Amino acid sequence: MAQLDTSEKLTILADAAKYDASCASSGAKKRDSRTGTGIGSITGGGICHAYAPDGRCISLLKILLTNSCIFDCHYCINRRSSNVRRARFTAQEVVDLTLSFYRRNYIEGLFLSSGIIASSNYTMEQINEVARCLREDHDFRGYIHLKTIPDADPALIAQAGRYADRISINVELPTTQGLQILAPEKSETQIEGAMANMASVIEDGADARRRYKSAPAFAAGQSTQMIIGADAASDRDIVHRASGLYTRHRLKRVYYSAFSPIPDASAVLPLQRPPMLREHRLYQSDWLIRCYDFSLADVTSVTDPSGMLPLDIDPKLAYALKFRDQFPVDVNRAPREMLLRIPGLGPTAVKRLLAARRYRSLRLSDVARATTSLKKLRPFIICEDWRPVTLTDSADLKALIAPKPKQLELFPA
Amino acid sequence: MTRHLIRLDAADDFDGWRSAARALAAAEVPADQILWQVGDQPADLFAPAPRPLPTPTRALTVPKGFLPLARSALLHRDPERFALLYALLLRVARQPGLLHDKTDPLCRRIDALAQTVHRDMHKMHAFLRFREMSTATGPRYVAWFEPDHHITRANAGFFVGRFATMHWSILTPDTSLHWDTETLRQGPGASVQDAAPGDPLEEVWKAYYAAIFNPARLNPKAMLSEMPKKYWKNLPEAALIPDLIAGARAREIEMIDRSRNAALAPGR
Ligand code: SF4
Repeated sequence: MAQLDTSEKLTILADAAKYDASCASSGAKKRDSRTGTGIGSITGGGICHAYAPDGRCISLLKILLTNSCIFDCHYCINRRSSNVRRARFTAQEVVDLTLSFYRRNYIEGLFLSSGIIASSNYTMEQINEVARCLREDHDFRGYIHLKTIPDADPALIAQAGRYADRISINVELPTTQGLQILAPEKSETQIEGAMANMASVIEDGADARRRYKSAPAFAAGQSTQMIIGADAASDRDIVHRASGLYTRHRLKRVYYSAFSPIPDASAVLPLQRPPMLREHRLYQSDWLIRCYDFSLADVTSVTDPSGMLPLDIDPKLAYALKFRDQFPVDVNRAPREMLLRIPGLGPTAVKRLLAARRYRSLRLSDVARATTSLKKLRPFIICEDWRPVTLTDSADLKALIAPKPKQLELFPA
Repeated sequence: MTRHLIRLDAADDFDGWRSAARALAAAEVPADQILWQVGDQPADLFAPAPRPLPTPTRALTVPKGFLPLARSALLHRDPERFALLYALLLRVARQPGLLHDKTDPLCRRIDALAQTVHRDMHKMHAFLRFREMSTATGPRYVAWFEPDHHITRANAGFFVGRFATMHWSILTPDTSLHWDTETLRQGPGASVQDAAPGDPLEEVWKAYYAAIFNPARLNPKAMLSEMPKKYWKNLPEAALIPDLIAGARAREIEMIDRSRNAALAPGR
């Protein structure tokens, strides 16, 4: 077979990595290259250097070391039985490509993952070698996110943590049954075991850094990804699983990836993608828990009998419509937690209102200036010169304010 | 009527604005008696001759957030920015809490200026592209960028911090920056012809851009809101966008068809 050139390999190995949603470059410690011999900096808040026509941010060089794999996970384009073209980069090729892209300001860093070749340990060693070479030989100070292989030797996973800003271990599917059917060679116990191990590596690293300034920098956090719509899991199952993972392993993020039809798909899979809005609603519910002080029970209370979140309205609005007795909320008196429950008010707007109401009593025009969606929130608030007329019954109210079905912004900030 | 003409060294001369504004505000000179002007260009035919700044009659204190806000808002192209900031300065000196009142029209206008500037600075961090040129002393990385506001000098620190060990130049219509691993020099504005014509690595980058795109999730609107067309001409990968969009739906349907046939094929 003819040798593939860099662009051809890149096409294959980026194409194989694109189904992975977890690609943020945020959350690492600030640093730059002024004191070093190489290049790279972290400025806080990731930078999206380009956007693909699917609207997704391109921040990192997101590739696989190889798309060959000895496993046979049904949802995965790289599985052993798939017919795709295979390619493999050497560690050195990935290092060169990362540096060449970085120097031209195309990327924030590298997100490296791999199919499993030979053995889990061998594959993990190759991934670590890329990170080691970038950090030690080139003093690269950009972002590195490594995807680890759950059943590799814990010492190798800990080593990955020494070079990377972020480590991820994918749970892949929200339920044990889903995993058994679709990824028969993987085990939930092993995945959660690796996460628990990584959580303690991160903890130890932070602790050592607090005590000794010169302690090696360990990964600042770990994240995971779940595939949505490839198995029978309901939104309620998914939200429960995510919340358990956040608390058990102190994850920074859980990413949801709506299952995409992949070329040469396995016959066990559904043919159609789930509605993109479903993934979006899951992210919204995730935000409600992480940033809006909602409890797990609050979020799951708006699911329907089959456990699904509504698609036509966001979960926060659904909550407000379901629990009408908690509204309207007085924006001049209510505590922060209640303000955050008002549909259409995000943490930024709430902060503004809290600051402004220290100086005077807020009127509707003040609320309008602090937010972008007055129409949506008017039925839910009381202020100096406004009080909604007798509570409309929730069905009418929904017709009045629910947006026309279309892709929505994440919560207005 | 006493009027003051303040000449600032450059469109982004924050220090000049600050020292003049501090003296004028301490002497309680009203905002409408000051003309702000950049360099020698005349701002007003009837502009008064420059006169000495008043001697401050009292110390001036401002709340903590004011200077960072003013530093950003001052980089906006809006010709009124100096006067607006001065008007805000007079008010916050008397009423420090005002800065937190995000419902005050002047505060909001200045906040909006600062936010626009932040976005412009952020987009420069994101969308500036270097091209590698070989020179007698080794590779030099050259970028051409057209910012909307006067942000180039304020952004220098980002590029120095990130690319400290590279030799690079950033060319813009208003000014240029040159870094040689130790010192930063500023030069005159440039034109696109002064920039490097191309870089073979752009083909590899374009291959990556095309491959990372998922045609099953086509969403040009989301892309455009973050990467508006005005940036496209200086982004090598943007040339691919029209074809990627056109081919997307066809590629998805083909994939679904193929899996459907596979599912129906006996023995698999
Ligand atoms: S182990 Fe990873 S790369 Fe291999 S088939 Fe499973 S999901 Fe795909």
